[in-house]
Amino acid sequence: MHMGAVDWGILALYLIFVLGIGIVSARRAKSGADFFLAGRAIPAWVCGLAFISANLGAQEVIGMGASGAKYGIATAHFYWIGAIPAMVFIGVFMMPFYYGSKARSAPEYLRMRFDEKTRALNAVTFALMTILNSGISMYALAKLIQTLHVFDAPFAHLGLPQSWIFHGAILTAAAVVLVYIYMGGLRGAIYNEVLQFFLIVAGFAPLVWLGLKQVGGWEGLQTSLGPGYTHAWAGMAHATTNKLGVDWFGLTMGLGFVLSFGYWCTDFLVVQRAMAANSMSAARRTPLIAAGVKMFIPFIVILPGLIAIALTSAPDHPGKAPVPAVRAGEIVQHEPGVIPIKIDSATGKPMLNARGQPQLDYDLATPNLLLRYFPIGMVGVGLTALLASFMSGMAGGVTAFNTVFTYDIYQAYIRREAPDAHYLLVGRLTTLFGIAASVAAAYLCSQFNNINDFLQLVMAFVNAPVFATFLLGMFWKRTTGHGAFIGLAAGTLTAAIHHGLTLPVDDLVGLKGGWIAVKHTYVSEMAQNFWIAIWAWSACFLTTIAVSLMTRPKADTELAGLVYSLTPKIAVAKGAWYMNPVLLGVILLIATIGLNLLFR
Amino acid sequence: MLFDVRLPIGLLFLAIGLLVMGVGLTGDPKMLDAHGAGLNIDLVWGAVMAVFGAIMLVLTLRARRAGAPPPSDED
Repeated sequence: MHMGAVDWGILALYLIFVLGIGIVSARRAKSGADFFLAGRAIPAWVCGLAFISANLGAQEVIGMGASGAKYGIATAHFYWIGAIPAMVFIGVFMMPFYYGSKARSAPEYLRMRFDEKTRALNAVTFALMTILNSGISMYALAKLIQTLHVFDAPFAHLGLPQSWIFHGAILTAAAVVLVYIYMGGLRGAIYNEVLQFFLIVAGFAPLVWLGLKQVGGWEGLQTSLGPGYTHAWAGMAHATTNKLGVDWFGLTMGLGFVLSFGYWCTDFLVVQRAMAANSMSAARRTPLIAAGVKMFIPFIVILPGLIAIALTSAPDHPGKAPVPAVRAGEIVQHEPGVIPIKIDSATGKPMLNARGQPQLDYDLATPNLLLRYFPIGMVGVGLTALLASFMSGMAGGVTAFNTVFTYDIYQAYIRREAPDAHYLLVGRLTTLFGIAASVAAAYLCSQFNNINDFLQLVMAFVNAPVFATFLLGMFWKRTTGHGAFIGLAAGTLTAAIHHGLTLPVDDLVGLKGGWIAVKHTYVSEMAQNFWIAIWAWSACFLTTIAVSLMTRPKADTELAGLVYSLTPKIAVAKGAWYMNPVLLGVILLIATIGLNLLFR
Repeated sequence: MLFDVRLPIGLLFLAIGLLVMGVGLTGDPKMLDAHGAGLNIDLVWGAVMAVFGAIMLVLTLRARRAGAPPPSDED
C-alpha cells in the first residue's frame, strides 16, 4: 500500500495541530498546579474524554483487535466486566477522597492516609512501571510501522536504510509528545487527548462500517465465524469450553474485580485526569462520562479483529460462502488473508503452534485491515488514528510520571522546601528524562526478545494487590500504615509464588510460570493471570487486616476527608439528572448489563 | 479567556474532511472502491468529518459570541 500526498498531508496537519495545542497550553502553564494538575480547571466532559483517550493507546487498539481475531466478541469482557463497574465505583465512591483530600497524586493520598513508606513503595513502583510501559508501547508502534512498510518508499526515496524507519518512528513520536507536554504540561496532554479521541473514532469507525459491508454485516460474521466468536458468554461455565480458557468465576473475580478495580481505581495515569477537573462534581462525573463512552469502544477496536479473521478464513465474501466454525489456531489460511502467518524474525520461517500448524500474526489484524480496505485519503485518516492512539497513551504515562516523580520522589526525598518555580522546572526536566527513558526502554525491548514478557510479569505482580490497600484505606478507618505496607509486600510475594507454582497447559517452564515447581496447570495464560491476581489481592487484603489489628491506627481527627466513615457525605447537587453521579452510575450499570445480555 | 478545545478539533476535522471528500470526488472510482463494497468511503466519511468539524466550530463561535467561557461546570 502506498500513501498518497493527501495521506501525508493529513498526517502533517495532525502533527501541526497537536504541537499547536501544546504551544497554546504553554501560556497557561505558569505554576506547578498549572503544569501538574492543569490548574484544576478542566470541564468534566474534557476530562472524561481525556480519561478514555489516555487508555486508548496503540497497544490497546492493536491488542484488542488481535484478541478480537483470536477470541471473538468475548474480548469485550475487558470492557463490560473489566472496566465499566470499576469506573462507576471510582466515580461514585472513591473520587471524593482523591479530589477532596487535595492530594496531588495517588501516592500522595497514600502518604496522607497511611505513611511515608507506603507512599514511597507505590510511587517508585508506579514511576518505574509507567516509563517501562511507555517504552514497550513505543517499541510496539515502531515495530508495527516497520512491518506495515508504509514508509518504505519515502525512506528509499531519501536514500535512507529501511532500518531507520524504526528509529524514525520512535524519535518522531517521542519528540512531538515531548514538545507538547514540556510546554503545556497536563493541560496540553489533556486537550490533545480529546482531539486524539475524536481522531481515533474517526479512523476506526469507518473501518468497521466498511468491513461489515464486506462480510455481510453482523449476521454475516455470525454465519462465517460461528457462535464461539460472536457470543461473549458462550461456554463460560467451564474453562475448557470457551476460547478464553477461563471460567465465569475466574473472569468476574480476577478480571472484573481485582485487575479491573486495581487499575481503574488506583492507577494515577487514570486518576490524574479526574483530579484535573474544575469541581468535585466534575471530578466524580469524569470516570462516569468516560464509562458511558467506553462501553461502546469494543465496537471500534474489537470488531475489526473479527472482521479481519472472517476475511482471512474466507476472503471472498464469507457472508455468501459460509465457512465452518473455527477455533483459534485452526484458521485455514487462504491467500490473500488479511491476517498473515507469523514469521520467526530469526529464521524467516513460519511459526508453528503445538499442533504443528502455522500461527497467525493477530497483531496485524487491525492495521492490515486498514491498509487493505481503506483507499487513499482514508489511509491517512486511519494512520493518523493509530498515531493519535499511540501519542495519547504515551502522554498519559509521561504526565503521570512527571507528577509522581516531582512530588512523591523529588520533593519528598531530594529537595523538600523549594519555590514553586523550582518544582515546575523539575517537572519539565522530568518530562525530558521520562521520554528519554521510554526511548531507552523501547531499544531495550528491541535487543532482548523476552524482556517485554518479563516486564509485563513484574507489573502484574506489583499491580495485582494494590486495590486491596486503597479499598481498606478508604473504607476501614482501622487500617494502619504498617498493615498497608506489609500487605502490599505480601500480595506481590504471593503473586510471584503462585506464578512459580503454576503453568498454562501449552507453555514451557520459565517466564510463563512453574519456575519453583509445577503444582497446577491452567487451561490458558489468561486463566493463570486472573488467578494470580485473585490470590495476590486476597493475600494483601488479609495481611493488611491482620497487621492493622496488631498495630496502632491513626487518630480519627487525622483521617477526616480520607476515610469514608469520617468524611461528611456529599449532598447530591440540585440540577439536571446527569449531574447526579449515583443516578449516572446506576444507568451505566444497567446499560452494561444490557450489552452483556445482547451479546450473551 | 480560557482555551476552547472545540476550536482546534473543529478546524482539523473540517480540513481533513474536505481533503478526504476532495479525493472521493476526484479519485478513480475503481481505486476508491477496490473491493466492491458499493461505497465511496472517502466521499461519505470525508463529509461526516467535515460536518462534525463545522458543528464544533459553530459551537465555539456561539460560546464566544455569548461571551461565555468554554463549557464548564458551574456547580
